[in-house]
Amino acid sequence: MAEFQPKIVAFVCNWCTYAGADLAGTSRIKYASNVRIIRLPCTGRIDFMLLLKALDQGADGVIVSGCHPNDCHYTAGNFHARRRWIVFRSLLDFLGLDTRRVHFAWVSAAEGAKWAQLVNSVTEEVQRLGPYHDYQKLAGAGVE
Amino acid sequence: MKWGYFPGCSLLGSARELRESLLAVAGKAGIELQEIPDWNCCGATAAHNVSRLLAVALPGRILALAEKAGMKEVVVPCSACYNRLAVARHELAADEHLREQVKALVEMDYRGDVKLVNLLEMLAIVLGKDAGLKVEKPFAHQVACYYGCLLVRPPKVLKFDRPEDPQAMDELMRKIGAEPIAWPDKVECCGAGLSVSRTDLVAKLSSRILASAVKRGAEAMIVACPMCHANLDMRREDITRLTGEHYSLPVVYLTQAVGLALGLSEKDLGLHRHLVKVVFPAQPKPAPPPQPPAEKKPAEAAEE
Amino acid sequence: MSRIGVFICHCGENIAGTVDVVKAAQAAAQFPGVVQGAEYKYMCSDPGQSLIKEAIREKKLTGVVVAACSPRMHEPTFRRACAEAGLNPFLCEMANIREHCSWVHEKSEATTRKATELIRIMVEKVKRNKPLYPIKVPVTKTALVLGGGIAGIQAALDVANAGHQVILVEKDPSIGGHMLQLSETFPTLDCSQCILTPRMVEVAQHPNITLYSYSELESVEGFIGNFKVKIRKKARGVDEKLCTGCGICSQKCPKKKIPSEFDAGLGKRTAIYVPCPQAIPNKPVIDRANCTYYLKGKCKACEKFCPRQAIRFDQKDELVEAEVGAIVAATGFDILQTRDFPEYGYGQSQDIINGLQFERLASASGPTLGAIKRPSDGKEPETVVFIACAGSRDQAKGIPYCSKICCMYTAKHAMLYKHKVHHGKAYVFYMDIRAGGKMYEEFVRRAIEEDGVIYVRGRVSRIYEEDGKLVVKGADTLLGAQPVEIRADLVVLATAMVANPDAEALAQKLRVSYDPYHFLSEAHPKLRPVETNTGGIFLAGACQAPKDIPEAVAQASGAAAKVSALFSSSELSREPVIAVVNRTAPPIFSTCTACFLCEKVCPYQAIEREEIKDRKGNVLKVAAKVNQGLCQGCGTCVALCRVKAIDLQGFSNEQVYAEMMAV
Repeated sequence: MAEFQPKIVAFVCNWCTYAGADLAGTSRIKYASNVRIIRLPCTGRIDFMLLLKALDQGADGVIVSGCHPNDCHYTAGNFHARRRWIVFRSLLDFLGLDTRRVHFAWVSAAEGAKWAQLVNSVTEEVQRLGPYHDYQKLAGAGVE
Repeated sequence: MKWGYFPGCSLLGSARELRESLLAVAGKAGIELQEIPDWNCCGATAAHNVSRLLAVALPGRILALAEKAGMKEVVVPCSACYNRLAVARHELAADEHLREQVKALVEMDYRGDVKLVNLLEMLAIVLGKDAGLKVEKPFAHQVACYYGCLLVRPPKVLKFDRPEDPQAMDELMRKIGAEPIAWPDKVECCGAGLSVSRTDLVAKLSSRILASAVKRGAEAMIVACPMCHANLDMRREDITRLTGEHYSLPVVYLTQAVGLALGLSEKDLGLHRHLVKVVFPAQPKPAPPPQPPAEKKPAEAAEE
Repeated sequence: MSRIGVFICHCGENIAGTVDVVKAAQAAAQFPGVVQGAEYKYMCSDPGQSLIKEAIREKKLTGVVVAACSPRMHEPTFRRACAEAGLNPFLCEMANIREHCSWVHEKSEATTRKATELIRIMVEKVKRNKPLYPIKVPVTKTALVLGGGIAGIQAALDVANAGHQVILVEKDPSIGGHMLQLSETFPTLDCSQCILTPRMVEVAQHPNITLYSYSELESVEGFIGNFKVKIRKKARGVDEKLCTGCGICSQKCPKKKIPSEFDAGLGKRTAIYVPCPQAIPNKPVIDRANCTYYLKGKCKACEKFCPRQAIRFDQKDELVEAEVGAIVAATGFDILQTRDFPEYGYGQSQDIINGLQFERLASASGPTLGAIKRPSDGKEPETVVFIACAGSRDQAKGIPYCSKICCMYTAKHAMLYKHKVHHGKAYVFYMDIRAGGKMYEEFVRRAIEEDGVIYVRGRVSRIYEEDGKLVVKGADTLLGAQPVEIRADLVVLATAMVANPDAEALAQKLRVSYDPYHFLSEAHPKLRPVETNTGGIFLAGACQAPKDIPEAVAQASGAAAKVSALFSSSELSREPVIAVVNRTAPPIFSTCTACFLCEKVCPYQAIEREEIKDRKGNVLKVAAKVNQGLCQGCGTCVALCRVKAIDLQGFSNEQVYAEMMAV
């Protein structure tokens, strides 16, 4: 029986979460293999249209992760990301899209184990929720 | 002016004269003190030694009752009651879970918006410019203002005066013509609730306080707390018996001193109830040792 | 047309043990745009790199993807290899299939598939990579040193001796800082002023150092290598060119009872004064807040008696502008005052003093000429209590940290007291003894064993006055918390070291981060102790954290070395991962709508407003422009731009979307 393997895209910041994921690797911590990481200089770089596009392209889940507040390498990028996230989440909710598909986290360069835990818990949740077609349906419905 | 008023257990018992003098002074100033209906004991020392929930619920009920009666301010003459009520209010404001528990226990709503007024704050208003009262018989004596431990501590909760060298009572005494001495034992422990179980410790600690005041030329000790008064006045014989030291220093409630200054009679102020006679020597006292200037506000001390 | 080369590393067994690298290479070779899919045991080795270089030349590759370890490991290695083969280094990217794949998954089909997908993501990105070139920024070879204490002096001398210009700004009338106030320094008991003043003179006379004393930093603009600073030269009221430092003005000044800052409030000075005999520059300053002329319009005694007519009552502050390439912050520290201790009497007793005040008592040039005397009545104290950790390591006071120097200077003070008052009794109340430096532990032992200082482990809860003595109530915890009461004549509090009151304002001016205690933040606590996160600004001395003189000097020299490295070429090369606002042909010029939201959010203030003008000078359009020297490449502006007129080189929208779509 083929278990549904979700496709999860993770947008992470170079200085903290990417390094944290590296640390998970160096420590040989095993976790689910469903996540594809896309490296960015800072979570502040993320225009949340990117997340919608990811859902449109068939991602079943999305993770955004960066430095803890006050620790941003560029001092303020993660604050902007956080603000955008709060609005984005309300928007998704308003549109009736499943907010459980999209996750926001802070993982520092020292938190390899936390990264692994995050991936595992998100993968598990998305696996339980099943494949995600709602966004595509919604997006397709509006096209003439 | 109408204020809520929480007498607490001691004002009905061992501190009757505090109640008498308080009501007399309030009357002279035109302040009507309205007792909180159906008030209960604040729990004092016993409750917080036994159960945290009880220690917060008992004062919590009192505050809830005051809110229900529509009182905005409540005067709390006893320092222990004041301290328990203020600490309980602080804890209820910080802990939502505790708040819900207490509300369920006392079966009343609780908002936490009653303002607590201690004796010093009330008398500051009584002697303030707006009250328009005149000092008729200046209390021209050297006094040791004894605050006790509960009026100014814990500082983060009470936020009243300086915790190590408070000045509020000294200022009030100056207003009625007294000369407060500078002395280091303003907030030192008198033995507190050990009055019955360890009278020997109370004797030792209170003896030290009396000695310090007498040494620096005090003619009277002014207190604002029934517990302090009990240890320093009522236990005077025990002090003599257990330490061998004899002091004749009278211990006067702040309200009594203010009442005398405003022209009220000794009888009305309950001075006759004290165990140590309240008399002042006719001859001038020897000059006290040199004190640092009392008017200097240390908070704005000269910069280096 | 894209011609991408994919190189997969086995990394020994690290990758090959879990990922089927041969299969992945075959799959990669089939990706659209890929002309080579190769695998090799160790790509980072010389033969591995040669593989890449050959492929670039032979297959005329337009882009390279190395699937191996984390780019944080070897991106520079492979980019260098590409550059050597003639391919722009920014056309090379790495796919992380080790830390993010082989090391965290079991050997399986899924793992190989993940590795292949990670490679494809990178291939799609690289197809859209553009060649980028390092940005060159000019460097002004002048350093600005803020603070003329021992750290600032050391940094200034080191940079000046390296052959560069230095501007040294000190806010007090004289340089020397707190070190000049000390009587002797541990662990050698060297006379502080004797070892410091030669350095001060060197600074004053050095041809490469311009000293602005009685001056403060007004503002800073610009970026590394190109700072524009404004310095406020406060008005001394004296023409420095004419003044000879004869001192007649101070002698004639009628206001003689002003508490002296240099003497930590224990001594007195006049309204026109030089802070101490060894002041450099040895020129007086008029204290306008206390001078009779400024207060009442009378006196002018100094002007009358000055043989050179150097007094200038109407002198105004002067603003000096300078261009510098690097800034060293060496602004030092402050300590708590005795009035900050309610349990010790709110500072009311004159005989409870702090460490700096004791230094002034012990100093031969101090208010008592070096004799230890009670400030209240001038008598020699028979019993002195020293309290260590007064305020430090105390959560209740908001100072949980250790001030580092107090254990040492308390031992020193106790020793100095015993040397001067042989029959006196010295007690030290301590929590722990921190004597970690060279010869430090031996120094403290000397105090205990040779000079008979009595060390009591416990804290002091109260001090009050009685019968002319100070009653010190403490505890002796080594005897089981026994209460100890000492009737002392003098109490010295080793008060906590804190940041200067204007440290926060300075940090904000410099755009440097600072911690909750207002100490300036270093870039990395272990490996980058003299740099800040702001390029071109370095730290030296106690403004960064409590430290003693040898550490301050070492850090200052370290900062100077960084400055010299910065100045070693006349141009600075920067990574070109920065944002760029698009520009096109007229009449559009740019899709930027000039809303300047980007300007608001940029943490580095790197967005400028550019006026695009025609030949006559008329402004045709205002658009945002990114300052190449300041931009750090975070991309916040890019995400924010509503019209997407700004993009981030190296992580452009095109690249990132392509990566995501390849998943």
